[in-house]
Amino acid sequence: MKIAELGAVAALVLAGVSGAGPVQAQSLVKVDGSSTVYPITEAVAEDFQKSKKNSVRVTVGISGTGGGFKRFCRGETDISDASRPITKKEMDDCKAAGVEYIELPVAYDALTVVINPKNDWAKTMTVAQLKAIWEPAAQGKITNWNQINPAWPDRPLKLYGPGADSGTFEYFTEAINGKAKATRGDFTASEDDNVLVQGVARDVGGLGYFGFAYYTENKDKVAPVALLAASGKPAVAPSVETVINGTYQPLARPIFIYVNAKSADKPEVKEFVEYYMTHGEKLSKEVKYVSLPAKAYTYNLEHFQKRLKGTKFGGENKVGLTIEELMKLEAK
Amino acid sequence: MNQQELQALRAMIATHKRWDYMFGVLGILALMLALMTFVALFADMAVNGLGRINVDFLTSFPSRRAANAGILSAWVGSVLVMLVTACAAVPLGVAAGVYLEEYAPKNWVTDIIEINVTNLAGVPSIIYGLLALGLFVYTFGLGQSILTAGLTLALLILPIVIVATREAIRAIPQIIREGAYACGATTWQVVSDHIVPYSSAGILTGVIIGMARAIGETAPIITVGALTFIAFLPTAPFAGDPPAGLFDWLFAPFTVMPIQMFNWTSRPEAAFLNNAAAAGLILVLMTLTMNGLAIWLRYRLRKNIKW
Repeated sequence: MKIAELGAVAALVLAGVSGAGPVQAQSLVKVDGSSTVYPITEAVAEDFQKSKKNSVRVTVGISGTGGGFKRFCRGETDISDASRPITKKEMDDCKAAGVEYIELPVAYDALTVVINPKNDWAKTMTVAQLKAIWEPAAQGKITNWNQINPAWPDRPLKLYGPGADSGTFEYFTEAINGKAKATRGDFTASEDDNVLVQGVARDVGGLGYFGFAYYTENKDKVAPVALLAASGKPAVAPSVETVINGTYQPLARPIFIYVNAKSADKPEVKEFVEYYMTHGEKLSKEVKYVSLPAKAYTYNLEHFQKRLKGTKFGGENKVGLTIEELMKLEAK
Repeated sequence: MNQQELQALRAMIATHKRWDYMFGVLGILALMLALMTFVALFADMAVNGLGRINVDFLTSFPSRRAANAGILSAWVGSVLVMLVTACAAVPLGVAAGVYLEEYAPKNWVTDIIEINVTNLAGVPSIIYGLLALGLFVYTFGLGQSILTAGLTLALLILPIVIVATREAIRAIPQIIREGAYACGATTWQVVSDHIVPYSSAGILTGVIIGMARAIGETAPIITVGALTFIAFLPTAPFAGDPPAGLFDWLFAPFTVMPIQMFNWTSRPEAAFLNNAAAAGLILVLMTLTMNGLAIWLRYRLRKNIKW
């Protein structure tokens, strides 16, 4: 009798669940990868499914750029979101598994170095100063703002940055310290960028970095640092304009999707990528990323329709690539 | 007893009572600390999230616009995963507990098993996720599915169910067993007619504690490949074209409530934080419903025990 009661409850739950899901067996597009690219892909997936009246299913995961490529090169996903170009090792993995891919840049992100709004001394910094703060040798030694510049106040320097699994971290360390993942270890690391925003917002001596979208949503809490790439040039603050005209250097970076060439022949994947390229400009702006110029998406679309396989980066990250240079590179 | 002895005795009793009182106050303070933390967290969540809870929130899929985003795929995913977890963990856990208490010989092999079961309860949940990724996803080829997630969480709560089952069985007076055996019952008859029915209330409590832990787990579920954006539900049995089988939903891609919440808390837009708080409230409500169901079932079961 008790067993019967338990069974009745289970049956009730089952009935409730099946009532909620009047969905048909449909074609599926599987996307995984970088959490930085996620907002754009999510927006595209949302609108694409609506435009197809839900006859195509799209799933988007956030395993990170590296984790995404692992699954992609095993052939588990159709599309991989990536906040950096594919690496040599990942190219080899894909090759070994017979996975060919089409590389499509979808937008730009500006890594933004931020300080507390009350900080009135470090509104501009040189790349050399950032390096002095973040390089591995600074660990335990550089702990005060006046060690960077004697004119700056005697105030403890508190650092905030993303954790080691993030593509943002990889790009920043490569662009500033000259080597990917080379950094001092004594800073507050968090995979959640909102934690970094909170940290810098509460601490006058705080300094941190994260993607441009987090800065634009928190303009009242943190202030951006304008970058002096080399002496004699004007300091450049991160903005849509400075990324587009290529003056915000070296922290502007392209972000990509990689499409499995075999999947690209499936009608649902083909239509999804085409939708991505025709609506990518509008949607990446909407989620606060810097979109590529319209002609870049047109070019991407041709590139995709011709099924141009492989990467234009040769397994290396290119730091400080402007949109102009990226497009020349992709056109090769 | 003379007057002096009486006074000394009274003084002693008074001292002891004072100590009792002081410990009582300490106990209440400890309880309040735990309770206040929960109340503060809950209140904070309620203030932020209450405004977002409505029918649309429960029946909408995730969206990039905070105001349109909902938790339909997340709560359905959570319910289905919990269903698989319960179906796997309860029979296995109860059977293991019954075996250890009623059948297992008292020797060193049993001792080792016991120590291992207790230790398993302390293993970090991510370890279960990694195990499941290798075993369920790749070796057994179950894919990144509801089935995989449910089985992973079942492994996670198995030690809790086993320990609770054993505690509940131990609470049954020995005379019940002796009486049954004296009447010529086999071990199986004793277990199925007496031990399991009488201990079912205690077992249920253990199951609920386990399930309440499992429903909030994120790490192992992310490891086995739960998704973040998913705007469709698993196909219901016999629905769709061609019609889905009875168990096709087990192999569907999915997401769960804690992952949806985590994704929303890490968004740049503040409006998503309210969504996360609202999803948190629903999650607390789901746990509460599970607890309520268990209390009701326990009450029903206890009424039927005739000794």
